[in-house]
Amino acid sequence: MSDLIADNVNMTFTTPNGEAVHALKDVSFTLKQGELLSVLGPSGCGKTTLLNLIAGFLRPTGGKFTLAGQEIDGPGVERGMVFQQGALFEWLTVAQNVDFGLRMKKNSKADNRRKVEEWLDIVGLQGFGDTPTYQLSGGMQQRVALARCLINDPDLILMDEPLGALDALTREKMQSLVLKIWKETGKTIMIITHSVEEALLLGERLFVMAPRPGRLHKEYELPFAEWGLQQDLREVKNNNEFSQVREEILTMIWNMEEEIMGKTA
Amino acid sequence: MSLRALLVGGVFLVLLFALIATTIYGRRLVRHEKTDTVFGNPEKALGGWHWVISGVATILLFWLYFSWDAARAFFPNAANELCQVAKVESAVIPMRTVFPFESRLLRGTNMLAREGAQLERLEAVAKNTNFDAAELAQIQPLINRLRTVFIGLASPDNMPDSIADDIQNIASRIDALTKQLDSENLSAESLSAIEEARATQPGWGVGTTEIPVLPITERGAWYNEVAKPLSDISDDYIKIRNKSPEFIAETEALSDEIKALSTGASSDAVKNFAKQLSKLLKRVDDGVIFPPGALKPVETSLAQFHDVQLAKQGSLRHIDTFAMPGGRILSGNTACSEQGSGRWLPKPSDTLASLAQLGNPDIGFKGAPLLWFKQKPIAEMVAFFVPDWVADLVPGAYPRHDSDGNIAINFKTKVLNVATGNFSSPSVPVPMGHVWDSILRVVAGLFFGILLGVPLGLLMGLSRFAKGFFDPLIELYRPVPPLAWAPLILTIFGIQDDGKIFLLFMVAFAIMVISARTGATGTQLSKIHAAHSLGASRWQIVRNVILPNSLPEILTGIRIAIGVCWGTLVAAEMLAGTTGIGFVENVARKQSQYEIIWITIIILGLLGLLFDIIMRWVITKTIPWRGKG
Repeated sequence: MSDLIADNVNMTFTTPNGEAVHALKDVSFTLKQGELLSVLGPSGCGKTTLLNLIAGFLRPTGGKFTLAGQEIDGPGVERGMVFQQGALFEWLTVAQNVDFGLRMKKNSKADNRRKVEEWLDIVGLQGFGDTPTYQLSGGMQQRVALARCLINDPDLILMDEPLGALDALTREKMQSLVLKIWKETGKTIMIITHSVEEALLLGERLFVMAPRPGRLHKEYELPFAEWGLQQDLREVKNNNEFSQVREEILTMIWNMEEEIMGKTA
Repeated sequence: MSLRALLVGGVFLVLLFALIATTIYGRRLVRHEKTDTVFGNPEKALGGWHWVISGVATILLFWLYFSWDAARAFFPNAANELCQVAKVESAVIPMRTVFPFESRLLRGTNMLAREGAQLERLEAVAKNTNFDAAELAQIQPLINRLRTVFIGLASPDNMPDSIADDIQNIASRIDALTKQLDSENLSAESLSAIEEARATQPGWGVGTTEIPVLPITERGAWYNEVAKPLSDISDDYIKIRNKSPEFIAETEALSDEIKALSTGASSDAVKNFAKQLSKLLKRVDDGVIFPPGALKPVETSLAQFHDVQLAKQGSLRHIDTFAMPGGRILSGNTACSEQGSGRWLPKPSDTLASLAQLGNPDIGFKGAPLLWFKQKPIAEMVAFFVPDWVADLVPGAYPRHDSDGNIAINFKTKVLNVATGNFSSPSVPVPMGHVWDSILRVVAGLFFGILLGVPLGLLMGLSRFAKGFFDPLIELYRPVPPLAWAPLILTIFGIQDDGKIFLLFMVAFAIMVISARTGATGTQLSKIHAAHSLGASRWQIVRNVILPNSLPEILTGIRIAIGVCWGTLVAAEMLAGTTGIGFVENVARKQSQYEIIWITIIILGLLGLLFDIIMRWVITKTIPWRGKG
């Protein structure tokens, strides 16, 4: 089974002044295949560092990550990534962006075209294949980014605040899309977010991280992602249980933020 | 009226109409657009093609006007008539400069003031220098005598009566000419000369002479008739000197004594002083100072002549002032010429005619046409692109001749024949000429600059080693003005294409390295991350992410490089070489061929514009996403 295992991972940066910053301390967890994990925390708690380590852009200073029994060393296709601003290649059309990964593997062109059509269909961009990406709205660009990542058939999908720059309405639609894709493809997905509501909706499991040093603070098992697949997301949000957990986590994060402010003051 | 004059006149009127019409149209348009009250709204600068027309019309009108092309079209005889006036003016100028007509003082007054001051200065110097008593006794009398001689010229008593007669004689000869000019009578000879000149003499600006020198109108002939006698009077007048026998004797005596002082056994200070005295004497001994009223008759006659001369010009004066601005027509010994803007600003119609001549491939300029084509065998091009050593790589040896003197051709020879272009092939037309050579040099320099500069720039944007290692090299040679390199490069690579192309390569290379480097360093990290996650290799990332991402900077770099290369190329061609636009301009400059200079300038401007339009088109086609990522 292609589980993601974090084994006592530590990450220390050295600032230009020579100070050591402990970005992640003793992080250990296991993410089973097909799980949907969201990670939440105040700014500076090491969320993005955690994601960059798993993606292989950084190498941990201690401990290791393993995916499907293989230690992670450098970026790879089996770990797809979706960025906050899409990070699309604006010199390419939508279709060219989506089949970028396939072209890098030098797959057959006819095969690529078929797959691109398929994925554009899934993310709701039928007929946009020849559109330049800079002509798309933010939500559509994020759909392209999703399709571009998923077409490579990765074992694990990492999302770095993928919906952070979208307006509320588009965001809700995209949240449904992420849930739908999760359900239909059965991929392991890890989402980093700022929004507590989003973390609750898009997380079977939820890690709340704490700063200084960055660490896993608390873990939740949540039912809302399953609910979201059956009912309207707004109904889920209006649920009492949802509100309770949201308030609990919000208070937790508020306290952390105040603690930091107190420390710096 | 000639066809050319008719055309120029027509174009002038059309341009004038276009200018007025577009201005009125533009004003009326503004009245309709009063609804937008915001000053500073950039949209107000959009459109406005009618102002483009009015701008172009203004430039062309200025050109036609200040080059006197319009004057030539509308007043074809004016230059010839003004040439005759100029003959009179240049005949009379030696006399007129003596009197306060154009200058402030009478020449005699001026000299008395100036040389008197000199004498006083010398006297003061003599007092302040440490001359001993004996020396002073020699010098002081000389100064006193010099002053007496010099001031004595102004006294009527010292002027011989014969000189007064000569002066009166000159005055009456001028008066006679004044009367002749006023009477407008022409001799039969002059009248037939006009007819002949009209028939045989080329018009203004036709042929090699600028302005036809023989009069073709009666008005011109009046002036032409008096010009020669006037010139003779001038010569005679110049010879009149206020030199009485006493004056001559005294100046000669003074000259001898001063010479004795400066060559004798006196001290260096005395010798030096004597030299200054001698110079002063030489300035006053030609007797151009006359008693106060002595020259009055000539002055009066000249003034009268001048009034009549101006009056007889009539409308010609207004044509000179208003239709031929910024200069005048001068008469030399044998020919008349345009001066001022009429000279250095060639007439548009002449320029077009010159261009037509240069453009004619049979004439061209210095052995090459401006832009034409020639039939070139394909073999020559193959020989150019295929290096000869390709044949050396073929296994085997080149054949040797046998005892019968035969040479057996083998495969190696055949390859060598291809590589050296030694085979028969059909010819294809290939462009050639000065303009083509210049374009080719720029394109070649640019091509190699891009080919080598972009990869190195990208590498420098990505690798700390490459950046650090190559930076000193590029940053040291780049700030040096390309022309400062030119003498060295042209010496090493020769004055033909190689040197120039290498010079342009150096210019383009530095610009391309810097722009590609800026582009590479400006790549968003998230895009590179994304490419990594999608499985791209290092080379694929450079090729598919970093290069396209740097395209805006690279294309801007190319645009800048084209401009700088043009400038450098023209200067380099002026330095050395036998073809190219810069070469044409340099030769034209040496031969004062203003039309050709302007043609090269216009060609350069238009080519620069063309390149820029192409680059703008390329930019909008290849990077429509610029600034939208």
